[in-house]
Order: sequence, then C-alpha cells, then structure tokens
Amino acid sequence: MGELKQVTLDASESSGFATTKLDALLGWARKWSLFKYPFVTACCGMEFMAVTSPRFDGTARFGAEAPRFSPRQSDLLWVVGTISQRQAPVLKRIYEQMMEPKWVLAFGTCASCGGFYDNYTTVPGIDKIIPCDVYIPGCPPRPEAVIDGLMLLQDKIARGDKTPGIVKPREDPASLVKLRLSKDSGQ
Amino acid sequence: MSERVLAALKQKFAADVLLTHSQFGDDTAVVAPSSWKAVCTFLRSDPEMGFDMFVDLCGVDYPTRDPRVEVVLHLRSMVHGHRVRVKTSVGDEDLDGCEVDSVTSLWPGADWFEREVYDLVGVHFRGHPDLRRILMYPEFEGHPLLKDYPADRTQPLIPYRTEAEAGLPLEKLAPFGRDEGMPFGRGLTKPAALASGHDDHAMKHGDN
Repeated sequence: MGELKQVTLDASESSGFATTKLDALLGWARKWSLFKYPFVTACCGMEFMAVTSPRFDGTARFGAEAPRFSPRQSDLLWVVGTISQRQAPVLKRIYEQMMEPKWVLAFGTCASCGGFYDNYTTVPGIDKIIPCDVYIPGCPPRPEAVIDGLMLLQDKIARGDKTPGIVKPREDPASLVKLRLSKDSGQ
Repeated sequence: MSERVLAALKQKFAADVLLTHSQFGDDTAVVAPSSWKAVCTFLRSDPEMGFDMFVDLCGVDYPTRDPRVEVVLHLRSMVHGHRVRVKTSVGDEDLDGCEVDSVTSLWPGADWFEREVYDLVGVHFRGHPDLRRILMYPEFEGHPLLKDYPADRTQPLIPYRTEAEAGLPLEKLAPFGRDEGMPFGRGLTKPAALASGHDDHAMKHGDN
C-alpha cells in the first residue's frame, strides 16, 4: 500500500487538504475496484474466460473480478471481440450509459483495429466510435498480455492519465526455451 | 454417380437444360432461369428424383459474364442417397432482370438462404414470403459481395469519431484500399460508371 503514504493532511493550510493527495487516494481506490462490463462478441471470449478463471486468476487478483451486467453499475468496459457495423450503435449506447469515471479496454486485435476484417461489415477498431484507454493486441491475446493490459490500466488510473496505451509484447516463453537450449548446447 | 438425375432433367426439360457436367461425383445442371421453378418442382416431387433435403443456396458474381450473377442450389435426396447441384444465371451488367423464382414453397429451409443471396448479391426471389436483408442492416446500400462493390466502402450506422477526437490517424494504409484483393482490375467490369463514381466512393469515414 505504498501509495497511501502520499496522503498527508497539511494542517498548516487553512483549507486543511490538498487535492493532489485526494486524487491519489481516489486513484488508488478506483484502480483496485474496477467493476467490469464484459461486451463479449467473438472468439476472444474464450481467452477472456481463461483470464478470469483460476489458472491465471487475471481479474480477481486486481480487484476487477465482479462483473456488472448493467452499464450503470460498471466502470470498466471490456470490448472482447469483433464489433460489426450493426453492433456499433449498441456499443456506443452502452458506453454512454456508463457512469463517470469510466474506462474502456480493447481486448484483442479486432476490437483494437478490426484485425483482418478489413471490409464492409466490421468497425475498424472501437476507437472509431468510443474512446479507448488500453489496447491489448493479439489474436487472441495471451492471458499474460491481458494481465499486462489490466495493470497498465491500473497504472493509468492511479496517475490520472487518460492517454491511450498499448500493451507491449512480452518475450515468448517458447523463444526463451530455445535460447536456453542453444546456450546449453554451446557449452 | 447419379447421372440418371441429369439424364432425367435433360429428357424432361430438353433445351432449358443449358449444360450438364459431372466431375468427381458431383453432378451439375445449368438451367435457364425461366425454368428454375419447374426444374426444382420436378426434383422435389418426382418419386425417382426425391430431393427432399435442401442443402445450400448461394449466389456468385462473375463480373465478366453475361448474365453475371449465378444462383447455385445444392440438393440431396435422403431416399435415394444422391445429390445434385443446379445453377442458373441472371442479371445483366447493371443487374437488370436479376431475379428468379423462390423455392421456399418447395423447401422451407430455403427462406433464409434466399434472403442472404438477396442481401449480399442482390438477386430478387419472386414469391419469397419475406424478402429483406438478413445479415446487413436495412440502411445498407448496395450488395457487398458484388465484385464492383468497393473493397474499402463502409457504411457506418453512427458517424466515426474524427481524428482530432480519437487522437489517431484513421485512414487506411497501402495495400489496403478500395481495390484491395481485386487483381483483375475494376476497369474490366464497368469502366464508365466507376470512373465517374470514384470520388464518391473515396474513403471518408463518417459519411460513406
């Protein structure tokens, strides 16, 4: 709970509080209590299940486990999968119904940029319709990438940073194994 | 395998069967659009044919052919265990006369398939009980699987955010664009109409 150390009331000021410290407290509270709205439309949904289930436990550990299937009670919109032009108005309405503060997470390549559906039927990325905070590339993204994305979002929330962020690729475990093998064989 | 189906069709419909061929066990009959319903009724009701199972119906656009749109029907007989593929071609270059009789009265399963062919290729099925778009939205203009539908033309239901709002470039980069995946070139099909319409279809997010 290192962040809490920043919250110190300054008694010498006549008002008795400092807004920056309050923001830090609120950011800390918000980033550990994300109520998600899963907007799951396509195959990425399988990977979403993998992330949230016990093997990776990718949401409960970060206080983002509880889903709220009403946009009015949720503050993190997970857009998981391809968004067709026909769904676009629905997605926008759901985003508009969410209460501030709210964040959007584009899960997978289709939600981020349309992926290979470069045609008449698909929205080329949800950022064409609604603001997006974190993009997680991958088709589908590995659970580790999703956890990276969630932690990136937490970091942004804590810092009050509203600029979009993209999850960087981690090193592929398979390539690490290969490296180690080649190293061993060289010795 | 079941070339007797083709033989029976040729015998009964003579000149209306334009072409037949059998390759790799698949029997195909190309028939005139005027006899489409009659051929289908024969295949459905004749006890020797007995095509009681509707398998598939689809439309194909051949932009260099005249007529250009082909309707392909796949049938199977659960009684005799044979299959047949029936094709017909309709519609000229401007898709005039792009219509054929509906077979929903023979196989109710053809309902949504005919709606799909209407939606994506633009074939009108006479006598269909509820011919409207099934995959695209009602506001959609044109038929996207026609080869002269621009590859990058999208028709958003809600306007896209502007680049300033999104803080991101929205234009597509090469090799993506209006002729993506069209190695034969657009000029072969309808040069005049498309040359004049080029600017209209240029990628403008939010209003095309």
